[in-house]
Amino acid sequence: MSRLLVDLRTNKVLWLMIVPSLVFFVIFSYLPMIGVYYAFTNYSFEGGLFKSPYVGFQNFQFLIQSGQLYALTKNTILYNLAFIFLGNALQVTCAIFLSELPGKLFRKFTQSFMFLPFFLSFVLIGAFVFNLFNFENGAVNTFLKGIGLQPYDFYLHTAPWKYIIVFFSVWKGLGYGMIIYLAAIMSISDEYHEAAKIDGANIFQRTRHIILPLLVPTFVLLILLSLGGILKGQFDLFYQIIGNNGMLFETTDIIDTYVYRSLTVNFDIGMGTAAGLYQSAFGLVLVCAVNYIIKKTREDYALF
Amino acid sequence: MKIRMEKATILFNVIGYLVISLLAVLCLLPFLLIITGSVSSEMEIIRDGFKLIPDQFSIDAYRAIFSDPKQIFQAYQVTILLTIAGSLLGLFFTSMAGYVLSRKEFHFRNPVAFIIYFTTLFSGGLIPWYITIVKYLGWKDSYLALLVPPMLSAWNIILMKNFMKSIPDSISESAKIDGAGEFTIYRRLILPLSIPGLATIGLFLALAYWNEWFLPNIFITTESKYPLQFLLYRILASAAVLNTNIAGNLSPDFKPPTETLKMAVAIVVTGPIVFLYPFVQRFFIKGLTIGAVKG
Repeated sequence: MSRLLVDLRTNKVLWLMIVPSLVFFVIFSYLPMIGVYYAFTNYSFEGGLFKSPYVGFQNFQFLIQSGQLYALTKNTILYNLAFIFLGNALQVTCAIFLSELPGKLFRKFTQSFMFLPFFLSFVLIGAFVFNLFNFENGAVNTFLKGIGLQPYDFYLHTAPWKYIIVFFSVWKGLGYGMIIYLAAIMSISDEYHEAAKIDGANIFQRTRHIILPLLVPTFVLLILLSLGGILKGQFDLFYQIIGNNGMLFETTDIIDTYVYRSLTVNFDIGMGTAAGLYQSAFGLVLVCAVNYIIKKTREDYALF
Repeated sequence: MKIRMEKATILFNVIGYLVISLLAVLCLLPFLLIITGSVSSEMEIIRDGFKLIPDQFSIDAYRAIFSDPKQIFQAYQVTILLTIAGSLLGLFFTSMAGYVLSRKEFHFRNPVAFIIYFTTLFSGGLIPWYITIVKYLGWKDSYLALLVPPMLSAWNIILMKNFMKSIPDSISESAKIDGAGEFTIYRRLILPLSIPGLATIGLFLALAYWNEWFLPNIFITTESKYPLQFLLYRILASAAVLNTNIAGNLSPDFKPPTETLKMAVAIVVTGPIVFLYPFVQRFFIKGLTIGAVKG
């Protein structure tokens, strides 16, 4: 403590420079952490933190016994697994092709096109979905009618939405991930390729035996890092595509959308906080586990 | 010597061109649909629905928007001001924090870095965060709720710290011998050398502010305070109506644009991003690869 006081005096300017950031994180991250206490109350807005009745683990009990927690966890994890593995596989494929294909202009333009979705807001994705899938005048139904088929009401069926959500998630992240893998491929020394060429290896063999093995560390690292966040959803994506459409919740509700609805639709603060706390705590355990694995294998990439 | 392409290379290139072209088109396709949707005639949309190539072109939707553009201009104003103020303030605080954490003289850099980093590992969740801002800060329906929360992130501070760590110590040491204070070293020496890092983080911040719709969704209740993306969201959801001034020229077969109007608003709102995209793209790519190498 006295060391801190001495340092406060000697490094006064440095402390002053970092105080705004510390105040920011105290207000927006640490104060809300006290608020996880709401999860153990039957919260009322007037009562606030201290006067709302304490109910123990009742909220968690309800979430578990009603099966909601299980369904939400399952959806969240399955979606994230699909995002992570499909996304990374496609990003690696594109990066390999883009690094090897001749045609500078072609590479430049296609790379720009694929990176564009990263810059667009999720609201615009909502506009795409509206344009493509709405029943009265969506482009998909225009097409179906055009070839003489019955129009399909997407909003009455749960089945297509998982594919739509996964599609747009992969779509939005394709360029971003591709560039990271492209950078990793570019850092592979030319000597490997030259040596392999002299030995008569064709491009498929070089991809299989040089590029892919050398990408594995990057791949594993990115996958592990994403697995740490597997309980976090892409709220923007789900909400802009599905919204508050209760018909589709069975297959599209994730923890984030549930918490959001508890706050804005159902006004069930205690229950929503409980689900959020479960997500944070479970997430923390996951990140620590992932970090432990990375530390064992590639220490320099450990998070902490 | 004649260079002969191997069969395998030809096959690889054919597959490659096909896959990449297909994906590039898929990335543009929804965008094209919005553009053509916005220049279709409303009658055609109602009769047939959206098409990739409309039979009849019409700029009624744009004419409608600009017949009474006050609402859009106001939203533009809100978004531009938030983007500029938020990005600059965010850069200022992020770079100061990054600077302090990169200084060996700062003995508490590890505990302080952990305090900041821990916020990425555990959080109280959406609801306690919301209640803190609304009940204890009183920022419901205030611009502060849009400006302050996205300003700082632990990731940006860590990225900045790593960037500044790569600047040789000798620079700040020699300045110190010349009697420069810490803030002077930061402002006169370290900041100018950090411009590539600042550009990347600044662009990420600006993009986040420009595309923000969630904060206004939960905090803003007054329609005149809506930023662009949220206005678009409300119009798409038919929860808000764009004021237009086209009732005057009603002819029997004239339909005021509503579906096409939604698409046109989407274009007007996204336009600047697409327009700036070719110029800022390389900064993002540079930033991404710096981040990727550093882990």
